[in-house]
Amino acid sequence: MPRKAKWRSTASHERMLAIGSPVLLLVVWELLVRAKFLDARFVPAPSTIFETAWQMILSGELWEHVRASLLRLAGGFVVGVVPGIAIGLVMGLNRYVRAALDPLVAATFPIPKIAILPLLMLAFGIGEASKIAVIAIAVVYLALINTMLGVVTLDRVYFEVARNYGAPWRKLFTRVIIPGALPHIFAGLRLSLGVSLIVIVSAEFVAAKSGIGYLIWTSWESLVIEKMFVGIIVITLLGVVFNAILKEVERLCIPWRNE
Amino acid sequence: MKRDLVSERALPGSAKIVMRDLGKVFERAGGSQNIALVDVSLEVGDGEFVCIVGPSGCGKTTLLRIVAGLEALTTGTLEMRRADEESRPANAMVFQESSLFPWLTVLDNAAFGLEMRGMSKAERFARTRPILEMVGLTRFEGHYPHQLSGGMKQRVSLARAFVNDPDILLMDEPFAALDAQTKLILQEELLRIWETHRKTVLFITHAIDEAIALADRVVVMCSSPGRIIEEIPVGFARPRAIAELKAQPAFGEMELRIWRLLESEVRGARQRNA
Repeated sequence: MPRKAKWRSTASHERMLAIGSPVLLLVVWELLVRAKFLDARFVPAPSTIFETAWQMILSGELWEHVRASLLRLAGGFVVGVVPGIAIGLVMGLNRYVRAALDPLVAATFPIPKIAILPLLMLAFGIGEASKIAVIAIAVVYLALINTMLGVVTLDRVYFEVARNYGAPWRKLFTRVIIPGALPHIFAGLRLSLGVSLIVIVSAEFVAAKSGIGYLIWTSWESLVIEKMFVGIIVITLLGVVFNAILKEVERLCIPWRNE
Repeated sequence: MKRDLVSERALPGSAKIVMRDLGKVFERAGGSQNIALVDVSLEVGDGEFVCIVGPSGCGKTTLLRIVAGLEALTTGTLEMRRADEESRPANAMVFQESSLFPWLTVLDNAAFGLEMRGMSKAERFARTRPILEMVGLTRFEGHYPHQLSGGMKQRVSLARAFVNDPDILLMDEPFAALDAQTKLILQEELLRIWETHRKTVLFITHAIDEAIALADRVVVMCSSPGRIIEEIPVGFARPRAIAELKAQPAFGEMELRIWRLLESEVRGARQRNA
């Protein structure tokens, strides 16, 4: 019992530190600006940033940008991840498909995807389609490679058990291959999420008239530094929230995970 | 219920598995060949418990995998007499290491064979639960494998095979990774369950004492190339209490006799590897 009590207090200490350290950072930041150690023209105080954010929320300006980015993110994520997982499964299961596609994947994976944005705008126009496409192309590799890895690294003994117990192909797929590859598939989704945030902001810097990336870039160009910080904070929060949601979904989908 | 030497029962008419001059050659990547099995002839009677014992690399696991249909044979013939009910599977294998699916609960793992045969959830659980009770895992049916000890995992593996109600039970060193006490308990449980079903069992092991304790007949194999060198009937009465059985002089004599058969080869292998 004493051991358990001690463990509990350690856990709650950790949680307090996790919440406390960002708050402390904000307080120190605020004090440094007010004491004029930091130049408020370049680094506005947190209170100023929150004030600006609040006004942008009231005017609907912030939501307009968030909405534009969210739609592109969701579209690109789905368009990229779904075929990525599907192709990854096929490549994992069929060595000939793997042999045919592996060199293509290996050769094109290292291209920074933002580099082909102009090409995509030639193909899909300057509208939403090109942004969705660039996210999709960035995440398709991550979903594909990780899913394939999940299938390929699945212990052979599971296939042998399934075969010995007469598993029909459909059951082998749904009861053995998919759950076996699921931890890797989720690893791919987590990476895809991070990359899609990077790509959407970069794309909106140069090729959009809305979105969080556009907000950050135009605020910088017109030296409205508070708004630039609002943009940075919002994209950070989106990342945190999406990660938490994905983690929860993963916990629900993989209840057998050893924790 | 006592029985005499099983060799009396193992008549060709009641044979369950018949291997004739069975051979297996693996083609290596470089084009060379690895001769795993040569001229293996063996009959296993209906309801007989046969243990195959031999050093690592003697091809005993390959032989079992051929019977299981996981490996093709190169030469010779293999016949298996099926029970009249075609709905029952021909064989079920209990694998070497933990082969339970980490993503299925104990109940789902044990019911896996029935699920693969398309049985409804209610029916397969109704058939699985008594077997789980038999191996003492009723309280753990909702657990995942990572929450179980090694001995409990192999109990689930046993249950998975028994639930499937196969004609022939194939066991590939199922207790090799367990500690001595757990091993003894599981061996006794296996015998207890087997007494009630009397399935044909082909059991692979490298442990001589395990082979004698369980089997009606011990088949001794040796390697390079893998072949059968001796078949020894085990006449001990059933049901057996393994701990008591091991204390008998006759048990020790038989163990020594099999060890003598394997000794020179095991020592030779040690020197080759040294």
